[in-house]
Amino acid sequence: MTTITRNKKSVAVNPLKQSPPLGAALAFLGLKGIVPLFHGSQGCTAFAKVLLVRHFREAIPLATTAMTEVTTILGGEENIEQAILTLVESAKPDLIGLLTTGLTETRGDDMDAILKSIRQRHPELDYLPIIFVSTPDYKGALQDGYAAAVNSIVATDYGTPVGAIRESPLQQVTILAGSLLSPGDVEEIKEIVEAFGLNPLVIPDLSGSVDGHLDDDYNSKTPGGTSLSQLQQLERSLFTIAIGESMRLGAETLKQKFGTNYQILPRLTGLGAVDKFLWLLAQISSYKTNDNWQFLPQIPEKYQRQRRQLQDAILDTHFYLGGKKVSLALEPDLLYQTSWLLKEMGAEVHTGVTTTKSPILKELPCDKVTIGDLEDLEDIAPGSDLIITNSQGKSLADKLHIPLYRMGYPIYDRLGNGSRCLVGYRGTMQFLFDIGNIFIELGH
Amino acid sequence: MKLTKGKIADLLNEPGCEHNHKKGQQGKNKACTQQAKPGAAQGGCAFDGASIALVPITDAAHLVHGPIACAGNSWGSRGSLSSDATTYKMGFTTDISENDIIFGGEKRLYKGISQIIKRYDPPAIFVYSTCVTALIGDDLDAVCEAATKKFETPIIPVNSPGFVGSKNLGNRLAGESLLDYVVGTAEPEYTTPYDINLIGEYNVAGEVWSVLPLFEKVGIRVLSKITGDATFEEIRYAHRAKLNVMICSKALINMGRKMEERYGIPYIEESFYGVEDMNRCLRNIAQKIGDEALQQRVETVIAEETAKLDIALAPYRARLKDKKMVLYTGGVKSWSVMSAAQDLGMKVVATSTKKSTEEDKAKIKKLLGKDGIALAKGNAKEILRVIAKTKADMLVAGGRNQYTALKARIPFLDINQERHTPYAGYVGLIEMAKEFDRALHSPIWQQVRQPAPWEKVASSPALKDSLP
Repeated sequence: MTTITRNKKSVAVNPLKQSPPLGAALAFLGLKGIVPLFHGSQGCTAFAKVLLVRHFREAIPLATTAMTEVTTILGGEENIEQAILTLVESAKPDLIGLLTTGLTETRGDDMDAILKSIRQRHPELDYLPIIFVSTPDYKGALQDGYAAAVNSIVATDYGTPVGAIRESPLQQVTILAGSLLSPGDVEEIKEIVEAFGLNPLVIPDLSGSVDGHLDDDYNSKTPGGTSLSQLQQLERSLFTIAIGESMRLGAETLKQKFGTNYQILPRLTGLGAVDKFLWLLAQISSYKTNDNWQFLPQIPEKYQRQRRQLQDAILDTHFYLGGKKVSLALEPDLLYQTSWLLKEMGAEVHTGVTTTKSPILKELPCDKVTIGDLEDLEDIAPGSDLIITNSQGKSLADKLHIPLYRMGYPIYDRLGNGSRCLVGYRGTMQFLFDIGNIFIELGH
Repeated sequence: MKLTKGKIADLLNEPGCEHNHKKGQQGKNKACTQQAKPGAAQGGCAFDGASIALVPITDAAHLVHGPIACAGNSWGSRGSLSSDATTYKMGFTTDISENDIIFGGEKRLYKGISQIIKRYDPPAIFVYSTCVTALIGDDLDAVCEAATKKFETPIIPVNSPGFVGSKNLGNRLAGESLLDYVVGTAEPEYTTPYDINLIGEYNVAGEVWSVLPLFEKVGIRVLSKITGDATFEEIRYAHRAKLNVMICSKALINMGRKMEERYGIPYIEESFYGVEDMNRCLRNIAQKIGDEALQQRVETVIAEETAKLDIALAPYRARLKDKKMVLYTGGVKSWSVMSAAQDLGMKVVATSTKKSTEEDKAKIKKLLGKDGIALAKGNAKEILRVIAKTKADMLVAGGRNQYTALKARIPFLDINQERHTPYAGYVGLIEMAKEFDRALHSPIWQQVRQPAPWEKVASSPALKDSLP
C-alpha cells in the first residue's frame, strides 16, 4: 500500500494543480451546444479560457457572470440572471453549465434558491436545462471539479424527448469518461464500443467538441459532444462503464436514478486493463443477442490483431523501459494509469506527486506519493531517468537534465493534444513507442 | 496602499488619461468606469492586469495570495522575456484552503513569505491579493509590513483583487504599488543627462532588445525599464531619470503623471511600431532632452536605419502591396500597427476603437480614410462579418481571436502579448513584413478551403468507364 503524504508548506511553488472550476468547465465542454458559465469575477473565466485555448488550440466558448465587489456583497442573482439571458440571446445554447468559483462560494450565494427564482421569473426558459455544479476553487483540483460536473450532468433531469424519438437499433452503454482521457482517447473508446455492435453514450464526449476540426460556421457554443436528446435517453443504457476512479460518484448516481449497474475501470492502458475492457464489452454485447442469456462472446477481429501487435510492441520496447526510474507528477487517475503501465513494463516508479486526494492513491505501484507541487517533484526527481508531467515541468526537467514526457493539463509546447490517443491496445503501443524513443535518442 | 473606493475612483478618473477628456469637456467618458457585462464579458480581471504589469520584473518573486485558480491556471504563461534572472517565471501561491477562509489566511501568507525568502532569497516579493482573500478581509498591507521588517527584504503588497475591475485598472493598481513602495528607494551608481525610463514596455517576445541598441547608438541611456526585462533594483532608482517614455499604453499613465508630480520628470507617449513612429519616438526624446548633438545623432541614425530598411523591405512591399487587413486590438496599437502596415503598402480596411482615446480615434480616422470601418465594439461574429464585407485578406488581432480567424480559414497574425515574434523598432518591421508575407502567401489556404471531391456539385464519376 502506498503512503500518502501532503506537503506541509505554506506556499505552493510552481503549482501542479489547476482549479476545480476549470475541470468542471472542461467536462461541460463534452456536451453539444453548451456554454459553460462561471459564476465569479471575469478573471476566473479568462484564465481558464486562455489555458484551454492554448492546450487544445481551439476556440473555447466560456462565459462569466462578471461579479464585481459590489455585486459580490449584494449577492449574485442579478448577474446570473443577466448572464443567462444574454447567452440565450447571443449563443442560443441547448444547455448551460453553471459552476461556482472561490469568490461566490466564499460569499455563500444560495444557488438553489437563485436558480429557482430565475426559473419562476422566466418560464420562457423552461426548455433550457441548466446543469449546476458547486466548485469552490479552494477545494480540490481539476479532477475533482470535472468529476463533480459529470455527476451533475447525470443527476440533472432532462425531461422526456419531445415527439417520437428514433431509437437506435443498437443496445446502449453509458461510458463515463474521466479527466484522464483526452479527446483522442474518447474517440478510440467510442470506436471500440461500436465495434462490439453497441451504441456508446459518452459523458462527457470531448471528441466531438475539442478534437480539432473545421466546421462550416462560427460557433459560440460547443459544436459537438453528447447532445441533449442523447442525455434524455440515459435511462435506456444497459450498463455503465466508468473510466477512472473519480467517475465512481457519477456511476453510483446513475445506479440510484435508473438502476443501471456499473463497473469502474480505473485505467485503460496496458494489456491486462484493455483485455478487461474488451471482455466486459463482449459480455454486454452477447447479452443483447440472446434472449436466454446464452453467452457467446465475440471479439472483433481487428482488436484480436491489435492485441497481438501490442504484445509484439511490449517485447520490442521492454529493452528500453526495463529498470528505468520514472518520476511522475500527474492528477490521481492519470498517475495511477500511467505508473501501472510503466511498472508492468519493468520500469520503476521513482516518485509520484499528485494534486488532490483520491482512494486510488493507496494502490499505486510505489511506496510513497506526495500531494504537492512541482517544487516537490524537483526535490525528489534527481536520479530518475524520465519525468512525466505537464508542460510546466519543462524548466525543472532542463535544470535536472532529465528528459520530459508531457501528459496532463496544460500542454502548451506540443501540437495535437486534441487527437493524441494513449488508451486501448493502439494507444498503449503509442505510449510505449514514445517512451522507448526517448531512451533510444538518449542512447540508453 | 489601502484599497479604498476613493483610490479606485481616482485611478479610473486618472487625469493623464485621454479617456477622461471628452470633446467639449462635457462630462467624463464612461469607458473606464463601465462594468463588465455578465454573459458577454471576455476580458481579464484586475489581478490579471496587475500581473501583466509586474511579473516582467525578472528577479522578484511574485506570490499570489488566494485559491489555486488565480495562480494555478495562469503561472508561467506570460510572454515577457528575461536576459538574466528567471525567478519571475516561477509560480508562488498560498493556495488557500477552506480552513484559511474560516480562520483567515494571514498566518499562512506570513509563513509563505518566510518560506520563499529561505529557499529563493529574492531581492523582493510582490504579494497579490485576490477576490477571496480580499473578501475575507486579510490585511495584506500589515502582513507585508511585518514581513519587510522581519526579513529585511521589500515585501510589496499589490491590492488587485479581480473583482474591483478590468485588466486596465489592474495595470494602474500595479503602478500604484511601484510608486508607493519601490520608486525612489535607491540611488543609481551614476546618472547622465541622457537617462530615460521606458514605462509600459513588457519585453514581450524580447521587443525591448530591438530598440535598446538604437538608444545606445544615439547616446540615450535607459535607466529603468518598467517593467520588461527589469531588475527590482533598477525600478527603485527610476526617479533619477530625466524623461519618462510611455510606450504603447495608457495602462501605467498614472506612473507617468505622478512621477512628474513627485519628481518633476516630464513624460511623453510614444510607440515603437513602424518607421514613422520609431522615427518620431527618437526625435521626441532627443528634443525633450534638448541636446543638439543628440538630435544630430538621432537624425544620422534615422537616415541610416531607414535607408537599410528600404532595401530590406523592398521585396516584401512588392508582395504585400494593397493586401487588405482587419485590425482588432486595443488602445494605441489600433493606430500604431496601422501606420506600420501602411509603411508596408498594406491597407487597413477596418480597425477597432474599443479601447482607444479621443486622440487615438482622431489618428485612426486620418489613417483609415473615408472607406475604412471603425469598429466601436466587436465580438468574434462581428469581426467575421466585417472581414466578409470588406473582403479582407487577413485578420491582425490578439491571440484570443486567433481561432476566430483560423476556424473561418482566414490568415491571421498575432499582435498581442502572447506572441513570439518581436515587432518593435526598425528590425521589428522587417519581422512583421516577413510574418505578413508568410501568413498571406502560405500554400495552405487553398487546401483548407477546398471542398472534397464529393462535395462538388457537378462532379462526374470519371472512373465509370474503367470499371467492369
